[in-house]
Amino acid sequence: MELTHHIDPNDLGPNGKAEKISAGKLHAAQYVVAFILIVLITGLWRLQVLGADNFRALAEANRIRKVPILAPRGRLFDREGRLLVDNYPSVSCYLLREQVKDLDVDLPLISQGLHIPIEQIQATIRRYQIAPKYQPIPLKQDISPDEQAFIAAHRDELPELETLDEQRRLYPRDGFAAHLIGYVGEVSEQMLDDPRYAFYSPGDVVGRSGVEQTYDALLRGKDGSRDVIVNSHGKELGHLGQELAIPGKDLKLTIDLDLQIAAEKALDGKNGAIVAMDPHTGEILAMVSRPTFDPNQFSVRLTKNYWNEILTNPDHPLLNKSLQAQLAPGSTFKIIMSVAGLQENVAQTMHVSCNGGAEFYGHFYACDKHHGAVDINNAIPYSCDTFYYTLANRLGIDTIAKYATSVGLGQKTGIDLPDEVTGTMPSTAWKLKTQHDKWFAGETISVGIGQGAVTATPMQLARALSGIASGGVFRRPHVVFADEIPSEMQQAIQESFPGSGEATIPLTTENWELITDAMAAVTTTGTAAEAHLEGIDFAGKTGTAQVIGHDALAKTNKGHNTQPNAWFVGMAPRRNPDIVVAVLWEHGNWGNNSAKLAAQIIDAYVNKQRKRDNNIRIAATPEPSKPEAAKPEADSNATPTVPSAE
Amino acid sequence: MPRLSSYRDFDWVLLGFVLLLSLISVLEIKSATLHTKFHGFDHKQIQFLAGGLFLMFVISLIDYHRLIDIIHWAYGVSILSLVAVLIVGTKVLGGRRWIKFPGGIHFQPSEWVKLVLILAVARYFWGLAGKELTWGDIGKAAAMIIVPMALVLKQPDLGTALTYLPILICGLFLGGIRFKQVGLVLLALALIGGVAWKSGKHLKPYQQARINAFMDPDSDPRGSGYQIRQSLIAVGSGGIWGKGANKGTQTQGDFLPIPYTDFIFAAFCEEHGFVGAIGVLLLYFLILMRLIQNAQTASDLPGSFIIMGVVAVIVFQIAVNVGMVVGLMPVTGIPLPLLSYGGSSVLFTFLSLGIVMNIRMRRFVN
Repeated sequence: MELTHHIDPNDLGPNGKAEKISAGKLHAAQYVVAFILIVLITGLWRLQVLGADNFRALAEANRIRKVPILAPRGRLFDREGRLLVDNYPSVSCYLLREQVKDLDVDLPLISQGLHIPIEQIQATIRRYQIAPKYQPIPLKQDISPDEQAFIAAHRDELPELETLDEQRRLYPRDGFAAHLIGYVGEVSEQMLDDPRYAFYSPGDVVGRSGVEQTYDALLRGKDGSRDVIVNSHGKELGHLGQELAIPGKDLKLTIDLDLQIAAEKALDGKNGAIVAMDPHTGEILAMVSRPTFDPNQFSVRLTKNYWNEILTNPDHPLLNKSLQAQLAPGSTFKIIMSVAGLQENVAQTMHVSCNGGAEFYGHFYACDKHHGAVDINNAIPYSCDTFYYTLANRLGIDTIAKYATSVGLGQKTGIDLPDEVTGTMPSTAWKLKTQHDKWFAGETISVGIGQGAVTATPMQLARALSGIASGGVFRRPHVVFADEIPSEMQQAIQESFPGSGEATIPLTTENWELITDAMAAVTTTGTAAEAHLEGIDFAGKTGTAQVIGHDALAKTNKGHNTQPNAWFVGMAPRRNPDIVVAVLWEHGNWGNNSAKLAAQIIDAYVNKQRKRDNNIRIAATPEPSKPEAAKPEADSNATPTVPSAE
Repeated sequence: MPRLSSYRDFDWVLLGFVLLLSLISVLEIKSATLHTKFHGFDHKQIQFLAGGLFLMFVISLIDYHRLIDIIHWAYGVSILSLVAVLIVGTKVLGGRRWIKFPGGIHFQPSEWVKLVLILAVARYFWGLAGKELTWGDIGKAAAMIIVPMALVLKQPDLGTALTYLPILICGLFLGGIRFKQVGLVLLALALIGGVAWKSGKHLKPYQQARINAFMDPDSDPRGSGYQIRQSLIAVGSGGIWGKGANKGTQTQGDFLPIPYTDFIFAAFCEEHGFVGAIGVLLLYFLILMRLIQNAQTASDLPGSFIIMGVVAVIVFQIAVNVGMVVGLMPVTGIPLPLLSYGGSSVLFTFLSLGIVMNIRMRRFVN
């Protein structure tokens, strides 16, 4: 066949055979098209008909996000309903990395608008580098109205900045009652591993100390959630349903704001702790520990400087010394010695002649004065060491330990606050167990004046005195009224804070009266006469505890503070008191100094009571009264009656 | 005396189907850009369509033989323009594909090169009409395609480069390649492909990632697999009836990537379901059958070759784009003709249709 290579259509030959593509090839092309479309339809069938349910679920998971509605945390009030801890609305700023176009360009503006140094922003972003991109990075918490306005005004230039409304804790200023109240913070990894905290999720804000920690379950309420529709950038497009948040329960603390203020003032500028409690009920009326810290700093992101300052402070501001300082109780221990000596019928007939000390087992034990002839009646007011060395020697360590343990030493009191410590009450068994060694009789002598191995916390001493002054009836100290807590939780709280709790010990009326009268003499003619309160039945016992032994004292360098700790435990009135105060003034030098601090609180308490209802019970002259456990004269094992409510 | 061509012979039925698909396209572009900064692209698409229609009518008036006469010049200009793009082109999303003209007009030469290649292949095989293809003929035809392909790959734009391939395949098929030759070519390609895949050096990292993502979309849900995964969710969650116009959560929530161009079919499937998707594929089927029919009735060999070249390109793009959307093909970035947003794509489609119309109008010329 003649083929033309010309392309002019007019030159085409008359024979069109070669000018056509065979019909078979075009049919084949049609089949190819049909085949391809059928394959595609099969693909669509697989997805849209067979897989529709599965993909629908995935599409929903894509666009619906649960956004928490944060429950406002319960507020805290004092016993008279005065607000202690509140919440305030606060706005935080977050960085959405998915929205960032060029961070280096935006950084100077962000830095300027939010008042954060560029390096700090970069450091924050670096910290979150391993986190998924869609997770917002907190840039600054609790931002100012100016900064909010800045973000709002720069929505277009800086779409990566987002604000979030939150509620923050507002604590009293200057660390007022900080140890008692505690603080909140993000839940720690450690807590998340604990099955007790199984219901927390990472990032939750929880109580990390004090009442905030113990009663977190009540205070936190229950967060709600909203199902919001978001786009791929997490931008909210609308919302579906919501589950409202259940606000946390407001709690009334047993604290009396007026007494707390008095106690805070008394300890201002000193190191130590004060606990005031109502012996009838175990309610804590005031609790102070110094130095203190500012819990507000913990509720916003803690600055590195402040955290370092707290960590490096040798006086441990975070420690609640009323529960966590276990120190030699010094002469305050003589109250317990007296109970032991009298109940054992040893002290009544014991007479010693004090010549500035006495020798036991070939070793001389000093007394600070030459008291002359001393019996139990004046051994307490003048705090004669020689008497108690002798008494301790007569009783022996295990008898002393039996009584000290029965009033709560060497064990937690069971107060509803975290991290209480036990202190130490030595005994032969204790020494064998801890040091695998035999107790030497010589070691008992120091214990008689609250030195040696014996240590106690201010809380333990307050509870011990409360019980003794109430005729042997001990109450579990607590900071939240029992009726504030659901009954099923009361049990749980008590179980999670085991301790000596509620107890009754035998104490004869004569012994009870003898001890309390002698303690009243402490503040009139005795060691704390300077703290005497005119017109108030104020009784107590001083303690001046050596921080280190005499031998060590000689060797130690001068830089260390070796001044003794000043203790005082006191009450009003002397029998069945309405208030007991324990004061620890670290390196306060002399128990009398602490007695003056306690006197301020007792004075504040009595004046308040008198103002309110003209309470005559605390008048100067004690009326003949019965012990708390109103027992028949001869029977010391009768069940105690519940003290009448005031 | 040859009859003059007239609009009585214009393929109005074909145009009807095309306009119906274009309407669907505009509506879906509107839906897909509703809440985005691309809002208003539907209006732009209408302008593109209007321009395309105008050009279609204009080109239908020019005898396609005139075009074939000058096609070697056009081919030369094409190669030059592709070289120019590599040198002075504007870089967009990692590729130099566009030439910027004064007045804000961007032009993507690789699109209209498609049309030039269709005409050039038609002219080449017309010259060989009826002859048995020698290896030399096959080699020349392949070179004609591979040179521009290599230039486009260099941009790099794998998707568009691949669309040149069906023009060659279609030409060889219709031009009379023998089965033995096909077998040998395929064997050679398989060997080369195998070696290239083994060494793994001929693919860009993003291309390799795309292929890996295609094999297992869930392996990296926030990375390369993201597009495929979101596309599958969009299509699948549409179900049989779809979620309704403007109601696709994947489309409206910006989960679906570029839902107005490459993934427009996924957006459509989400909002209009299996039924809608079948409808669109049916329209494509009708258009393609109509085109093949026109190829059959063309008055001469180049006319048939040109139409079948157009058919090959459109079928290939549908197969690759829809195949990608339903997870049968890896992500290549090829637009769906007549549905995807974009001036260059609209221009190519309507210019092609203009030539097809021209061929149809001249079917009785001899």
